[in-house]
Amino acid sequence: MTRRDLVTIGAGPAGMAAAAKAAGLGLSVTVLDEQPRPGGQIYRDVDRAAPLRGDILGPDYAHGASLTAGLRQDGIDHVPGAVVWAIEEGFRISYTRDGQGAQIMADRVLLATGALERPMPVPGWTLPGVMAAGAGQILLKQSGVLARRAVLVGSGPLLYLIAAQMVRAGTPPAAMVETQTRSDITRAMRHLGGAMRGWRYLAKGLKLLAEITRAGVPRYTAARDIAIEGTDRAEAVCFTRRGRTHRLACDTVFLHHGVVPNTQAARSLGVTHRWSTAQGCFVPSVDDWGETDVPGVFIAGDGAGIGGAGVAEIAGRLSALKLAEQAGRLSTSERDRQAAPLRTAMLREMAVRPFLDAAYPPCAEALLPADSTIVCRCEEVTAGDIRSYAGLGCLGPNQTKAFGRAGMGPCQGRYCGLSVTALLAEANGQTPDETGHYRIRPPLKPVTLGELAGMETASQNAAE
Amino acid sequence: MKTASPFLELDDAPRVTVTFDGMPLSLPEGANLAATLLAAGVEVFRHTPVSGAPRAPFCMMGACFDCLVEIDGVVRQACMIEVSDGLKISKPHEAQDDPA
Repeated sequence: MTRRDLVTIGAGPAGMAAAAKAAGLGLSVTVLDEQPRPGGQIYRDVDRAAPLRGDILGPDYAHGASLTAGLRQDGIDHVPGAVVWAIEEGFRISYTRDGQGAQIMADRVLLATGALERPMPVPGWTLPGVMAAGAGQILLKQSGVLARRAVLVGSGPLLYLIAAQMVRAGTPPAAMVETQTRSDITRAMRHLGGAMRGWRYLAKGLKLLAEITRAGVPRYTAARDIAIEGTDRAEAVCFTRRGRTHRLACDTVFLHHGVVPNTQAARSLGVTHRWSTAQGCFVPSVDDWGETDVPGVFIAGDGAGIGGAGVAEIAGRLSALKLAEQAGRLSTSERDRQAAPLRTAMLREMAVRPFLDAAYPPCAEALLPADSTIVCRCEEVTAGDIRSYAGLGCLGPNQTKAFGRAGMGPCQGRYCGLSVTALLAEANGQTPDETGHYRIRPPLKPVTLGELAGMETASQNAAE
Repeated sequence: MKTASPFLELDDAPRVTVTFDGMPLSLPEGANLAATLLAAGVEVFRHTPVSGAPRAPFCMMGACFDCLVEIDGVVRQACMIEVSDGLKISKPHEAQDDPA
């Protein structure tokens, strides 16, 4: 079996930057990525899409091509279409590619598995026609597919970006229903001074808002009581605002109220995770090089805490420096010398976060949904079900599985984990840390017997 | 069906023929299957095993498993598949004999 100095999981900004830097320092690197082409979600399919619709997607998207170029160098084996489903001590990494199982060994592992949309359970969010806003952007980036009559619902800068991109493409959203309030913006203003160091992001945000306003897209802020109506598919978004009820007919609803780290792989390796009050999610415990409390396991990018693509790219390079030092390719002093400018750039990239986190908090009613709202999409378990389990003495997310299968469907808790923790913590008067999160075990993604059987030859070769 | 789609397709790529629940569809070769089924006007990809509720793509990044479809007897995520000629796609566990 092949053994590499480093296996990177994920080919987004963190994974690509780390791989390029590590290979440049002499490490043998394999990049395993689920997608057929590199870029991650933020730069999804950038090599193909930037020439086709760079004008719609903007220069920040096109920047991804500089990172995909870095993958094309000696020392990097980029394996696209590789779905990783187990990472075991040692490290033995199992994945499926083209319907066939395979394994690879690594001295060290870098998890660059990025972010997931923060689950936004509101009534009707499981209906066809309701998608995560990130999914809307992926449709546009990779496939050039645009929703004709969409309403964007939630809060955060990504909503403005996708709205502006839809405007540029000639299909502006029918409306934006935003949950942040004027007092959120007021609270955020005290962070504005610090955020000025990240002025480029603030300027970009203002430009997006101007594009949306100029296109005449109606914006409803401070929206509450959000529900999506429809029988077999989404037909309208309903909400109240300043005591008035609104109903906006539409075909597509894009939901968004922030992104959270995708922690599945890290949790399966036993990495310690702690609740971040500022980000409202669990984040893995890492040092300032991205190394976890499991020796040899590093995490870079949004998977280590949300910072965005710019931060992810720098974090990937910082991880690569320590990985190279551990592999004996770089002295400690040289590592620190190369890290210094990266850390300065990182501070600049992070400067805008406290302002954004305060101005666009998650939608409160989707953090603790009403009883009848489904929280576990796979097994159709409602918020009321989870509360009733707590009433019966259920203390933690792992017990909810026994009570009613929450988190046991194919998504393995990716889109209900945070909701279940929040509901149990509230019902039991505990903190999220006390309540904890689902225990995650391999397989991280479903694997068929056929895929397993196909691995036999590879394993035999390894035993010889 | 095409004009009824809530989605608009910008790209113009060579097309191949696939079937969804026996219905022939002309889709761009190599495109993301979930995206292009949406653009072709397919609204329901599957029904849930618990309540039979209709579902369609939600995350488009391989995480939510709401876009599951059945191809050659295997249930797979449509958002992780590229379109190729002759794909026979059906809703999971609802496969019918192809009328063709």
